[in-house]
Amino acid sequence: MDGMDDLIVDFLTETNEMLGDLDADLVTLEKNPNDQNLLSQIFRLVHTIKGTCGFLGLPRLETVAHKGEDVLGLFRDGTLEVTPEYVTLIFQCLDRIKFIVTELEANSKEPEGDDTELLEKLTAVYTSAGKSDADNMIPDDLNAFMSAGDLQDTEQTPEPDGAETATNGLEEDVIAFPDPEMSSTPELTEAEAATPENTAPQAAANSIANQSLRVNVDVLENLMTLVSELVLTRNQLLQILRMQNESDFTTPLQRLNHVVSDLQEGVMKTRMQPIGNAWAKLPRIIRDINLDLGKKIELEMLGQDTELDRQVLELIKDPLMHMVRNSADHGIGTPAERVTAGKPEIGKIRLHSYHEGGHIIITISDDGRGLSTERIKEKILSQKMATAAELEEMSLQQIQQFIFKAGFSTAAQVTSVSGRGVGMDVVRTNIEKIGGSIELKSTEGKGTTFTIKIPLTLAIVSALIVESARERFAIPQLAVRELVMTGASGKDNRIETIKGTPVFRLRDRLLPLVSLEDILKLSSDKPEAENAEEKQNREEDEAQFSNKYIVVTQVGVYMFGIIVDRVFDTEEIVIKPVAKILKDIQMFSGNTILGDGSVIMILDPAGIANSSGEIDSADTMESAAEESHMTSATEQTSLLLFEAGDGAPKAVPLELISRLEEIQITDIEHANGQMVIQYRDQLMSLLPFNETIKMDDLKHKPVLVFSDDNNAMGLIVDRIIDITEEHIDVQIAGHEETLGSAIIDGKATDVVNVFHFLQKHSAEWFKDHDDEPFANTEANGASHKKRRILLVEDSPFFRNMLTPLLTVAGYEVTTTSSAVDALKMCDTGVQFDVIVSDIEMPEMSGFEFAEKIKTDTNWQNTPLVALSSHATQQDKDRGLAAGFNQYIAKFDRDTLLNTLSQTLAE
Amino acid sequence: MNAENAVRQDNDSSLQDTGTKEYLSVIIAGQLFGIPVLQVQDVLGEQSVTTIPLAPPEVAGSLNLRGRIVTAIDVRQRLGLDAQDAEGLKAMSVVVEENNELYSLIIDKVGDVLPLDNKNYESSPATLDPLWREVSMGVYRLENELLIVLDVPKLLNAVHL
Repeated sequence: MDGMDDLIVDFLTETNEMLGDLDADLVTLEKNPNDQNLLSQIFRLVHTIKGTCGFLGLPRLETVAHKGEDVLGLFRDGTLEVTPEYVTLIFQCLDRIKFIVTELEANSKEPEGDDTELLEKLTAVYTSAGKSDADNMIPDDLNAFMSAGDLQDTEQTPEPDGAETATNGLEEDVIAFPDPEMSSTPELTEAEAATPENTAPQAAANSIANQSLRVNVDVLENLMTLVSELVLTRNQLLQILRMQNESDFTTPLQRLNHVVSDLQEGVMKTRMQPIGNAWAKLPRIIRDINLDLGKKIELEMLGQDTELDRQVLELIKDPLMHMVRNSADHGIGTPAERVTAGKPEIGKIRLHSYHEGGHIIITISDDGRGLSTERIKEKILSQKMATAAELEEMSLQQIQQFIFKAGFSTAAQVTSVSGRGVGMDVVRTNIEKIGGSIELKSTEGKGTTFTIKIPLTLAIVSALIVESARERFAIPQLAVRELVMTGASGKDNRIETIKGTPVFRLRDRLLPLVSLEDILKLSSDKPEAENAEEKQNREEDEAQFSNKYIVVTQVGVYMFGIIVDRVFDTEEIVIKPVAKILKDIQMFSGNTILGDGSVIMILDPAGIANSSGEIDSADTMESAAEESHMTSATEQTSLLLFEAGDGAPKAVPLELISRLEEIQITDIEHANGQMVIQYRDQLMSLLPFNETIKMDDLKHKPVLVFSDDNNAMGLIVDRIIDITEEHIDVQIAGHEETLGSAIIDGKATDVVNVFHFLQKHSAEWFKDHDDEPFANTEANGASHKKRRILLVEDSPFFRNMLTPLLTVAGYEVTTTSSAVDALKMCDTGVQFDVIVSDIEMPEMSGFEFAEKIKTDTNWQNTPLVALSSHATQQDKDRGLAAGFNQYIAKFDRDTLLNTLSQTLAE
Repeated sequence: MNAENAVRQDNDSSLQDTGTKEYLSVIIAGQLFGIPVLQVQDVLGEQSVTTIPLAPPEVAGSLNLRGRIVTAIDVRQRLGLDAQDAEGLKAMSVVVEENNELYSLIIDKVGDVLPLDNKNYESSPATLDPLWREVSMGVYRLENELLIVLDVPKLLNAVHL
């Protein structure tokens, strides 16, 4: 635009703005064809464009605008009815104007091209209807063109002058020329004269207009940069001041400090724009989709005045547009489809934005089809993004998260509107780039809601300065949830390690940690760190992490901790982009200059989360969060992970295992058709986990030993992998040896059904119990009404496992996760036929619980069964003393059922 | 060859047989190099440099030059030389601008600005170490030694790759 006339530059700016308004206005007009104010306003805008281009010598633009104006004039006069066809024609005309304007902006001159076709269409509409306007004496012509309804309108406005007085007297000169072709020259001056007048009604409608001022964005940007520099210099001065005890500068510097803060805030405000600006194009898009695809969609926009930084606004504009397109195109079905689905014919897309704690929240929801899980699955399979087996084990939310992956598009057909596969992954990346997050909720058949959370501004952020391996880094405060100081190894509040991976118990959950030193490879010059790694010694690993700080960081909904050596102050920093060389390092979002003048790298929490392996956490965390609502806390179960034969890793609750042994294959003997081994002067039966376990390839095999007080059996597996604490969300599957699958350590893992093994291969295990436990319970269930059981169990795993088991056996099961809750329930007067309680529970143990309810409660006569993994004689005695009627081992399913039926029979 | 012509050629990056160009001479590992004087923004003494983890090895770090962040390039590393061994030598750097970004080239020592006659210029010998050939435009034959002209964009470009 260098060589361009200032006038043209102004014209372009103004025209672009007007065109934006026009799009929105026309869509409104189509809905309210009789809105005279709106009609006048639209007419005025086009008229101004036309007038100005004549003045600037832009013939092509002028002609197109002129013809458009003619038709709009007919609308305004009521000569022509506002129909979608005509509005489309006007849109075409506006699009042409936009095209010419864009070209003009790029090349400083009007592009070559032929508008004849468009002009002819416009002229045709104009002449057929317009003649009547100029010459009222030929109503036949009108009849040929217009419907009866139009005719009435025409009759009401027999003379142009009449129409003007009806609408707006100010515009007399603009309207009254009978032959537009002839009047272009005089009209020009008229238009110029009319412009200031025309702003008057507008100003009345929008009184702020008078008090606002058009400022070039570059000026504002420059101002912002200067303020940023000022903030930095201020910081520098304050830093110097801090090092001096007494200084004459103290007072003036304090004042400077405040002024700079206010100035910063003020300049920030100049950059704020209502989010409605980013939405301006959306009504038009929806309108076009409605016409193109034969849909009926209504766009509802709430909170358009919510302001945010224009830089942020620019960055979210396209993602938002894309998402609304998606909703309209894929989300909402055709009217026929909707009616069949029992929904109103008109689909709704709702945009809503509001402030929430330093963030802007934007939700985009539709009442359409929702995400089709089946289609996503098909797509995942056809793109080989996951295997069918993996999909089986995934939750609905995990599957839905796939739409955020690169190269994913579920639209069965690529339409002109969307479905080109460059969709949601780009949206997600763009939003995350500006420190935002996006979440998705969709119910098939009901609709989809996206929630976007973005920061208010990007220019100046508050950052926490931390140190690791004597290097300092800045972490944007926005991502920091809290700081934790950890203790020395062996103490409370220490960082623990699982196979070298540091973790931390943060209140009631386990926080995954990354060491900044490791992730940035700062420790290459520290040999002792390597040694620790080689030895795989847990204590040494933990010692390495003693007395550190954890910066608890949140990216989206994923929380993790960053281990650092020291934490300094927070500082206001200006994020400057890193040099091109460093662009590829995803750990940094930029760099900045601190108050002391040194350069510091700004860490990118999202980059760190990604590189530490956690990408698609949204789903797991969300489901965990949901789970926690039901179980009152996010509970972790200690799991032993092992490999056995083919397939996914297996997990078994550590609580069920009494020991791990390593046996020599040669020591295995066969007795009674079973594998046995002599173990502590007793025979222990052995069982390979499944047929795929090879018994000859290795001399040693790990064995998981399960034991009752006098029985033991060993399960032969291939390899012990790890012990991990995980919240498990087991989906009960039909398999025999697996209870279901859960995501453990990021992998789909089979949770082993220990009962299966105990039952199947240790017939004698249950010998001393009565015959046919199932028959008993079923008889019970059949002859009486359903027996009510209260299950008090803190572990969600066992709750998940026992509830279906007991339900199948014919009981009505109520669960609660703690003894305290159970007591509350007791107070409400609910009655149960039998209470089954765990012994080891936080807050109140099963023993205490038993003692409590056996003394004077309305449950004191309810039979009480203890269920525990600690089933020694001693424990049993204590349990009976505390008031339990029965005491049984946790994994002994048949004994449990048997005992229950016996207890109830008594 | 008149004086006016010579002045104009200073601004001209294409080299001809006649005229002179000015170079800032720098010494790296005993070898004399020249950087076209017009590309030089600043000459700095030893600076405190913030190391950048995970950066390519030739990136020594970043530093603050009057409020602008400058990326420091270890030219020794870039040229495949050993790191500066003599601790006593104070590393100096030459600041250049490339694509609106500032880079400080860390070298051993900065010498004088030398006006060099184009007739003593020739392209780098074909047998030169490929790494050096890539980042040098040519060689000037001085009286006692040879001066290698550094191609600054290439020196930095290769870093980008």
